[in-house]
Amino acid sequence: MSDEVILKIYRGDDTSGEMVDYSVPVAPGMVVLDAIHTVQATHAPDLAARWNCKAGKCGSCGGEVNGKPRLMCMDRMDKYPDNEPIEIRPMKSFPIMKDLVYDVAWNYRVNEKIPPIEMAAESDEERLFSQEEADRVQEFRKCIECFLCQNVCYVIREHDKKQEFGGPRFFVRVAGLEMHPLDKANRLGLLKNDLGLGYCNITKCCTEVCPESIAITDNAIIPLKERVVDEFYDPVKKLFRVLFTK
Amino acid sequence: MASEVSAPREYGLGKTERRDSWWVGPLATALGFGAFILYSTFRDIYNDDYVSFEGRAGWGELLSPFYSPLPPESIRGLLPIWFSPAFLILWAPGGFRLTCYYYRKAYYRAYFLDPPACAVGESRSKYRGETRLFLFQNLHRYFLYFALMFLVLLSIDVVRACVFESKDGGMTFGVSVGSLVLLANVTLLSMYTFSCHSLRHLVGGNIDCFSCVAFRKGRYKLWKGTSFLNKNHMLWAWVSLFMVGFADFYVWMVASGTIPEMPDELKELIEK
Repeated sequence: MSDEVILKIYRGDDTSGEMVDYSVPVAPGMVVLDAIHTVQATHAPDLAARWNCKAGKCGSCGGEVNGKPRLMCMDRMDKYPDNEPIEIRPMKSFPIMKDLVYDVAWNYRVNEKIPPIEMAAESDEERLFSQEEADRVQEFRKCIECFLCQNVCYVIREHDKKQEFGGPRFFVRVAGLEMHPLDKANRLGLLKNDLGLGYCNITKCCTEVCPESIAITDNAIIPLKERVVDEFYDPVKKLFRVLFTK
Repeated sequence: MASEVSAPREYGLGKTERRDSWWVGPLATALGFGAFILYSTFRDIYNDDYVSFEGRAGWGELLSPFYSPLPPESIRGLLPIWFSPAFLILWAPGGFRLTCYYYRKAYYRAYFLDPPACAVGESRSKYRGETRLFLFQNLHRYFLYFALMFLVLLSIDVVRACVFESKDGGMTFGVSVGSLVLLANVTLLSMYTFSCHSLRHLVGGNIDCFSCVAFRKGRYKLWKGTSFLNKNHMLWAWVSLFMVGFADFYVWMVASGTIPEMPDELKELIEK
């Protein structure tokens, strides 16, 4: 890799902005967030960028590097071609507050719609569940809420269905609750109506960008879709329920 | 230095800041599916050379998977000459693949450009996803039941391909290239079917508490097994699609006499 690289960084807010060039020295092992810090230290102390742990665990430093949603702290500079500028933009799906900082408050409003875990009886709280059952929902607990999946999901990104759609992050959360062996709540109506699960057409972009490698589509969204079909669209299941449910 | 003035966001079909060859995947998918659809449609309409050695004593019968199960001659005789018996069959495997969760992803991207690739813009016309008209995708579980039946029927075809009439008029077991092709076909179709998301749901995915249900160990193992296969559902989808086309092509070549099921020299050697 060459000694210097040009970063083209978005500077502006939600209404207008520009791509500004900065030349930064490259060091071995450098990640994109390091380069942002170098720009802040040497060229533009007013460049706004959010970060926290710099270890891929806090989920704060999401952005779009050469058009791909990534955690900037996990994105090594040496994988980009020499002598080509690297473009860094804020996430496209959320309102831009300043430069690379965007407002993810909508996600927290979606989260508030989801009922927490619900135990049916006191005795259930004392019941242990097996390691196998724990393993199944554990995958969903890995989510660091970086919202890269929400950003790349084109139902949000291209169609702006924020009023009718929950997004992959919250399908993962619902899956973790719905598949919990001690939970008794039913969130299938919420999934179908308020979180708009039917809008997802399983094109797997959320899975592709997940930094925690959660199989969002295969392990969360599709199993939830199957459960919604059980509840609302399968006539044979409906008939069984009518005949055999007291 | 400001290099360009840029709006914060741009929308529209194909709009992206990605610099990699994002279009290769959807293009390859479109060409791959397109080739299979053209070939299978041609073979369905062709309505000939789909069974080799039918009614002829001596060798196992090879039946194209596009035409299996073949209706009896009495029923086929009632069909108009332009009506291929494949039309009676292909709705089931075709429907299974059409509504498959993997294929949905693939053709939404490759043909509907919805979206063409991740972080690449698409047409911003009214979007309804898999609601309303596309609720038919929920029929996948019913097509699964038919697909499971077809695995049994295709397995029977493999057995039939391995049963030969011996010189003394009895039946004997033998393996030909054609029977191996049919075996490979049903094996790959089984991997594709057993890795199905709906099957995974059916055998245990719908259970929250495995320790609360009957046959807990068996159901958990079934769910784990289908989950293991499910990780490569895309791979099984592609290789089984290729193999079913190849199996039909092989039967076509043998049935039309283009390639012999067994070289004459070897046949004579065995008969001696």
